[in-house]
Amino acid sequence: MPSQRPLRQKDLLGLRGVPREQLVRILDVAAGFRQVNERRIKKVPTLRGRTVVTAFFENSTRTRLSFELAAKRLSADTLSFSASTSSTTKGETLLDTARTLDAMRPDAVIVRHPASGAPHLLAKHFPWTVINAGDGINEHPTQALLDMLTMRDHLGDLQGRTVAIVGDVLHSRVARSNIFGLQTLGARVVVAGPGTMCPPALAELGVEVRHRIDEVVEEADVIMMLRIQRERLGRAMMSSTEEYAALYGLDERRLARAQAHTLVMHPGPINRGVEISPEVADGPRSVILEQVSNGLAVRMALMYLLLGDEGGGDAAA
Amino acid sequence: MSQPESTVEQVMGARELQRTVQRLASEILERLGEPAGFALVGVVRGGQQLAERLADAIFALEGSRPLVGSLDITLYRDDLYTGIEKPVLGQTLLPFEINGRGLVLVDDVLFTGRTVRAALDELMDYGRPRFIQLAVLVDRGHRELPIAPDFVGRRLATAKTDRVDVALGGAPELEEGVRVERRGPAGVA
Repeated sequence: MPSQRPLRQKDLLGLRGVPREQLVRILDVAAGFRQVNERRIKKVPTLRGRTVVTAFFENSTRTRLSFELAAKRLSADTLSFSASTSSTTKGETLLDTARTLDAMRPDAVIVRHPASGAPHLLAKHFPWTVINAGDGINEHPTQALLDMLTMRDHLGDLQGRTVAIVGDVLHSRVARSNIFGLQTLGARVVVAGPGTMCPPALAELGVEVRHRIDEVVEEADVIMMLRIQRERLGRAMMSSTEEYAALYGLDERRLARAQAHTLVMHPGPINRGVEISPEVADGPRSVILEQVSNGLAVRMALMYLLLGDEGGGDAAA
Repeated sequence: MSQPESTVEQVMGARELQRTVQRLASEILERLGEPAGFALVGVVRGGQQLAERLADAIFALEGSRPLVGSLDITLYRDDLYTGIEKPVLGQTLLPFEINGRGLVLVDDVLFTGRTVRAALDELMDYGRPRFIQLAVLVDRGHRELPIAPDFVGRRLATAKTDRVDVALGGAPELEEGVRVERRGPAGVA
């Protein structure tokens, strides 16, 4: 795994090692940004004249749109770069691509990349703010922050709460970032899934590993269902989506065992009928759409907090 | 690093402050008429408490209370990215229609005028008020923008490096009043 830097003034690369008071501060600032999104004019001049680039080397529409809208609501100019339309398909290296971006003098670059550690490499070599929008199977810190904000809205302080993460935890950067952040906030994390997706070695991250979903449903304050990423997996990990749904999918029958206040979350996009049934995804415990709107607030807060001083550079870091 | 010499001077006590608030309330009523015809908008945080206090004083005089809103200007500041630590946002709460309404912007201390500039820009993003007037408890001079108050509690001669503190409600351990911390010439950037 790449070395993790704590959140300083310049970048957000991951939640591992970020101290509690910084997490709480990001969440507090994000909560304040929600009111901007409820105004008639949903735009503030805070980042006027700044340039934010979204550089996505992996397909993703919703995360990119969320970052772009966040930047626009802060009055920054946005440029979007995606690998499928760019010269990386012609063999350009990540650093060469980044040098080209650098020549455009961006203030922040939002990076998604299939290789774990790619945002860290860019953060080390370039003066602009780097925000990790998902790197390989390492971290996806803004998703975890929006998840924690949503949990906090409903449950208050997360100290002592139990969060169950169900699905392919081994290959999920969403799960990893949540595990790091939630543990820092004092929550207990339980993971559940087939042995190929939730191997016992995950216990090294400080989580409890289970292989039956029913027992975790009963004790959880939050049930976070991960998407089964068919495009990322070979056939070896599960025999069929039907079998997965039967053993690990969250449907109303299973959810009936949960406590009255238990929340159902999902980072999207959802596979209806595989990891989550349509009735549960659209049901009263589901906060999936709140997650989306909190994502916008979290990303606005991070750009507000991280973007550097005038004249570029990180003199105040 | 040597500590610059500083002295603290109390320039207004609790009773004086209350009388000043009452006078500001009378002046606002005298100039703007019925409390239903305008709203008070306090700049977070000092101005917010002052706006509430003014509304109470207006109620005591007229038997009706003007609408009160609050405005957090953080996202409109012109010095956000010059090395200051970025603050958590306060609450902008304008629970009334801005369009066509007369507003009195309320702040505790008027200094460079930059906060007022930010507040005006933010208000314009919420709508088109009929007018905006400015009420402050203390005008300490040193304006950097062409901004002037319409209602002033007290004009104070200060050095630019002085600190003016207004204690208004909220902090029970601190007696209400206005204090000026005069800082020596040494050690000031």
